[in-house]
Amino acid sequence: MLTLGHYLTLGAILLCISVAGIFLNRKNVLILLMCIELSLLAVNMNFVAFSRFLDNLDGQVFVFFILTVAAAEAAIGLAILVVLFRNRRTINVAELDELKG
Amino acid sequence: MNLETILVLIPLLPLVGAVVSGLGRNLVGRKGAHWITILAVAVSFGLSFWLLYLQIYEGLATQDISVYTWMVVEGVTFEIGFLVDHLTSLMMCVVTFVSLMVHIYTIGYMADDPGYQRFFSYINLFTFAMLMLVMANNFMQLFFGWEAVGLVSYLLIGFWFKRETAIFANLKAFLVNRVGDFGFLLGIAAVLVTFNSLDYATVFAAAPEVAGDTISIVGGAEWNILTVICICLFIGAMGKSAQAPLHVWLPDSMEGPTPISALIHAATMVTAGIFMVARMSPLFEHSDAALSFVMLIGAFTALAMGAIGIVQNDIKRVVAYSTLSQLGYMTVALGVSAYSAAIFHLMTHAFFKALLFLGAGSVIIALHHQQDMRFMGGLRSYLPVTWLTAWAGTLALVGFPLFSGFYSKDAIIEAVHLSERFGSDLAYYAVEAGVFITALYSFRLLYLVFHGPERFEVVHGVDPHAHLPDGQLAHEPHEPPAVVTVPLVLLAIPSVLIGYFTIEPVLFGGWLSDAIVVAPDNDVVAELGQAFHGPLAMALHALQTPPFWLMLGGFALATVIWLLRPSIAAVIAQRAGFLYRWLGHKYYFDEFNQKVFANGAVKLGQSLWQRADAGFIDGWLVNGSAKLVQAVAARVRRWQTGLLYDYAFSMIIGLIAILGVWVVLL
Repeated sequence: MLTLGHYLTLGAILLCISVAGIFLNRKNVLILLMCIELSLLAVNMNFVAFSRFLDNLDGQVFVFFILTVAAAEAAIGLAILVVLFRNRRTINVAELDELKG
Repeated sequence: MNLETILVLIPLLPLVGAVVSGLGRNLVGRKGAHWITILAVAVSFGLSFWLLYLQIYEGLATQDISVYTWMVVEGVTFEIGFLVDHLTSLMMCVVTFVSLMVHIYTIGYMADDPGYQRFFSYINLFTFAMLMLVMANNFMQLFFGWEAVGLVSYLLIGFWFKRETAIFANLKAFLVNRVGDFGFLLGIAAVLVTFNSLDYATVFAAAPEVAGDTISIVGGAEWNILTVICICLFIGAMGKSAQAPLHVWLPDSMEGPTPISALIHAATMVTAGIFMVARMSPLFEHSDAALSFVMLIGAFTALAMGAIGIVQNDIKRVVAYSTLSQLGYMTVALGVSAYSAAIFHLMTHAFFKALLFLGAGSVIIALHHQQDMRFMGGLRSYLPVTWLTAWAGTLALVGFPLFSGFYSKDAIIEAVHLSERFGSDLAYYAVEAGVFITALYSFRLLYLVFHGPERFEVVHGVDPHAHLPDGQLAHEPHEPPAVVTVPLVLLAIPSVLIGYFTIEPVLFGGWLSDAIVVAPDNDVVAELGQAFHGPLAMALHALQTPPFWLMLGGFALATVIWLLRPSIAAVIAQRAGFLYRWLGHKYYFDEFNQKVFANGAVKLGQSLWQRADAGFIDGWLVNGSAKLVQAVAARVRRWQTGLLYDYAFSMIIGLIAILGVWVVLL
């Protein structure tokens, strides 16, 4: 029997994977974007689980919004990535340190 | 035309003249400027004289008219108004008459000056300001006139603004007067605080009620309120009337053109302080301490400043030191409660000192702006009118019996003699010695300028406008035109006669009693009046008194030293080298001021600039904060790696920290 706890654990695991991906990944910006998507999905998982648990549809409505935003963000992120690659000829995270003070 | 209109017109006409001839100087031209301004002053003089006439023969009562209310603040009214009593109308006549003479004289003296219209505009403006001062019926307007005459004095001392010495002198006059005015302003503020009014009538009426009151100024010491007010007001008078130690500006003010030396720095403006103290007699009478202070300052000035006159070589400076000394006499008279004697001397002095200055100016014109008496001598035959009028002025100044100065000065000396105020013995000896010194420097001036050998030579065949070395002239000196000599004659007449004819009403007839209040115990003038049996008897009696013999002694000594045996002067100067140097340096007042106040101010400014401004504000506050930010930023910027994962890491850490705090606290 799957309980709320299982879903929340899954969400937490997904979040941890995404955070770890952001930290540990030093190579590819593409993976960074994917990790961000993953953290959003982890949040979505929690929303859906709580929605079902509390018998309240508000959480699922939120999920739709987040998915929409995530899609838009992915589109923009990929576009930026393409421009970045055109300019810098690299998407290596360790080399992208232009913001340095 | 009612009286109020006349009173408004008297000061306003010169103001209009000043504005028209000053701002419209190209419109009216040189002729227009002097016609307009002279007409304005002449009408003012006529109206003033008419007022005096009304007061004498028609018994015109004291006029206290408010013409305009400037503002009302918390029950205190600031007004422009006129108080015309006998004191005021006397002053108005003196001011406008001398001013008129000087206006006419200026036509001759300034004939070649490019600033002709400007000069007329200034002296007209001065006449306006001085009339506002003497006609005021409240402290506010008095202060306005006081500052306005100071301003015009500043402008006129620096009239030849391309001369460095003139600029230095006018700055000095302005700064020294600021010191006096500071005291004056404090005095007026104290009046306002004590009486809650600035109106003369109100303040004077309330003066007896506050007579015993005290005020705590510093450190809990209690001061008599009226003493504080009077001393503060008198400090103002010290500045304006050039009493030691605030006298230093007056000799330097001789940098201005001679007509204004006569008008402003001898006859009228410098007597404003004397007039003011006389006007405030209802206040001063309640404070013996303040009057003693006034008397001692005056006595010192009368004696010490006259002595400097003996060693001066500049003809105008000799007359200037003589003015200081005579102002000292007036101040002494104020100090012994002989206010009417002070005003009387003010009046006679205005005539004979203006005469002497204008005479000096006439000599200066004749010698092409040579002012050094060492290059004069023997001018008697070239300038007969100037010579004769200068003799008249000098005899009046030294107090030769029957001349105007005799009556006023003798009255002062006798009043000091009779006074029992603290320090009056000292003052008596000072003014007695002053008579001797006055005679000494006055006759020295006459001898060096008009008598003895000629110490200049006439060089022929050079450009008359060329600048020649000292002692050389392009042509023989000759008497200046009538516009110069006529005022001399017109001033010589009152210089000789006015004392004889006015001593009785002014001093003993109670003419000034509507303006001047004297406590019966202090009334030395009334005491003098009991011994007075007509001006002629007074002159005869004077032959047996010390001042007459002191004056003769001064005359004899001057005759010997500077006329009969000129070589003696050099010997004395050598033998009494210390005294000579001391007098020549004017008791080192200027050096003291220069060293202590001027250099002190410079040093203070420098240390404030270097330590406070450059060191603290710039170094610590302005650059210091910038440096602090820079230093902090130099370390903090290392956290900005520019690498995404570092930012992400710190975001997560931050998030965890915030969550942790939130969890712990809740």
